[in-house]
Amino acid sequence: MFELPSGAEIQAIIATLNASVGFFIPEIFLSALFMLLIVIDLAVKDRKNDLLAMTTLLGLAGSMYFIYQQHAMPAGEFFFGMYVLDEFALFFKYFFVVSGMLAVIVTMADDQFDREVKSIGEYYAIVVAMVIGMIMMASSADLLMIFLSMELVGLSAYVLTGYFKRNASSSEAALKYLVYGAVSSGLMIYGFSLIYGLTAQTNLLKISAELAVHGYDPLVMILATLLILAGFGYKIGAVPFHFWSPDVYEGAPTPITALLSVASKAAGFALLVRYYFISVPHGLKPYEDFAGIDWHSLLILIAAASMIYGNVVALWQKNVKRLLAYSSIAHAGYILLGIIVMDKLGTQATLVYLLAYFLMNFGAFYVVILIANKTGSENLDDYRGLGKTMPLAGAALTVFLISLVGLPPTAGFIGKLMIFASLLNKGSLYMVLAFIGIMTSVISLYYYMLIPLNMFLRDSTQTEQRNMSISMTARIVMVALMVLTIYFGIYFAPMMEFANYSSAMFGMKFQ
Amino acid sequence: MEQLTHIGLNHYLTISAFLLGFGLFAVMTRKNAIVILMGVELILNAANINFLAFSKYNGDMAGVMFSLFVIVLAAAEAAIALAIVINIFKLFRSVDVSSIDTLKE
Repeated sequence: MFELPSGAEIQAIIATLNASVGFFIPEIFLSALFMLLIVIDLAVKDRKNDLLAMTTLLGLAGSMYFIYQQHAMPAGEFFFGMYVLDEFALFFKYFFVVSGMLAVIVTMADDQFDREVKSIGEYYAIVVAMVIGMIMMASSADLLMIFLSMELVGLSAYVLTGYFKRNASSSEAALKYLVYGAVSSGLMIYGFSLIYGLTAQTNLLKISAELAVHGYDPLVMILATLLILAGFGYKIGAVPFHFWSPDVYEGAPTPITALLSVASKAAGFALLVRYYFISVPHGLKPYEDFAGIDWHSLLILIAAASMIYGNVVALWQKNVKRLLAYSSIAHAGYILLGIIVMDKLGTQATLVYLLAYFLMNFGAFYVVILIANKTGSENLDDYRGLGKTMPLAGAALTVFLISLVGLPPTAGFIGKLMIFASLLNKGSLYMVLAFIGIMTSVISLYYYMLIPLNMFLRDSTQTEQRNMSISMTARIVMVALMVLTIYFGIYFAPMMEFANYSSAMFGMKFQ
Repeated sequence: MEQLTHIGLNHYLTISAFLLGFGLFAVMTRKNAIVILMGVELILNAANINFLAFSKYNGDMAGVMFSLFVIVLAAAEAAIALAIVINIFKLFRSVDVSSIDTLKE
């Protein structure tokens, strides 16, 4: 049935591989960094091991240089259509490398690591592995590559979530994350197998062409879409695939919570956009659906449910990390709105929102860690009176929370404005969605503002004086994030232009 | 009668659909973490059968490749999963997922 390749064919394969490697340099560099970190960890035994952290930071910063060089390369597929390089992928490469760096900085500031683990060990190496996986997720153009990169991110994330081995809640979080992750990726693979059966292709562009030419059975298509959406929905943490996220966000080490809620979520969105925009022939009429349901209406349902559920359930949360978990479910809904619009403006809005979300969510988690280091608690009631003892942290957290609500003059406002503008630009069709978005933002104002209320307007019940000073590095990082959040809320043109530039996707032509 | 005497694509797809159903059933109803992971393996192997059957009837190698990668990753996932489950057993003295519930609102 299958024939052995001839010598000439093998030569051609080697030539393609050689030609493709030039487009893969950042990933190769990061893989080398991953191995270097393991070797350093073996060679240098040190309790805190700042050497590892600094190597990771420098390595990640170094990879940005190679990513920058890729701007000059033409957009296209390589490695036999497995992998793609375009402006959209480049945006996410920067995004993930910088979030990896921030995760390292946040880890260095977190005192919990000193208490929970004897030595930091392979932690940074696995963070780098996760960054590589996320970069690959954003650049995959083949079902096989999508699956492999998602598993790379998933497996790294399970280990990192359970990194505090002797801590019951960290291990429990890892188990829950693992069970949900394994089931949803299994379902996704089954969906991929159905798509492969429909089209006999695994490359996204070829799937699109095949579906457009030969058509498909709507029932199988909607079944495959549902199954694949289970995999993607789990990564972005949207309702109804969100059950893991509050527990995992609460139990995981806080830097990992930040990484999961920002970077891993963004990677899921990158995949979602690329998969649905490119592989499903949505522009062609008649687009067959099953009983009026297609992937687009499924996404609309998921977005509305996420916004409502996330914001309403967050009202009752007492733990700040848990509160931020529910808020991140709601934000997944807002970002989905930009994808639902499905045009250039919508994609641009999605990317702007992701940038803003990156700044404000990382900032919020960073301040929560700094406060937890000093008070030993993430409980909302223990935030009372902190505005007086930690004024800078209080001010920074307030800025991040205002940005999460979406009030001016912050980056979050620009993100929400872009999303709603792109929705309304499509006409009255999406008026209801925009209305739900705005109403739920109003609800979110209540629970976000509970935190500054406790910090500034209520007095602490504790009488003894504690040392509340924060280290200089932590102050600089916090202020930098705060200033950027406000800066991009006022001078948003660079952010918009970068997002506009990055909305170009290989193989995608917006109408 | 031909359906019974001649094995075709539909037979493979039916078996894989049954395996997916059993896997999902195990994941949803069982309380033991190890049995849940066995359910996940069933789901993955259901997808594997699909890939191999489609590959055979399409006449290309992409499905075979895909299933090989799925097998390898299932092994990697099992390694990490069992490490986490062992750690859970050390801490909780149980692998019953309903008794592991320190995290809730």
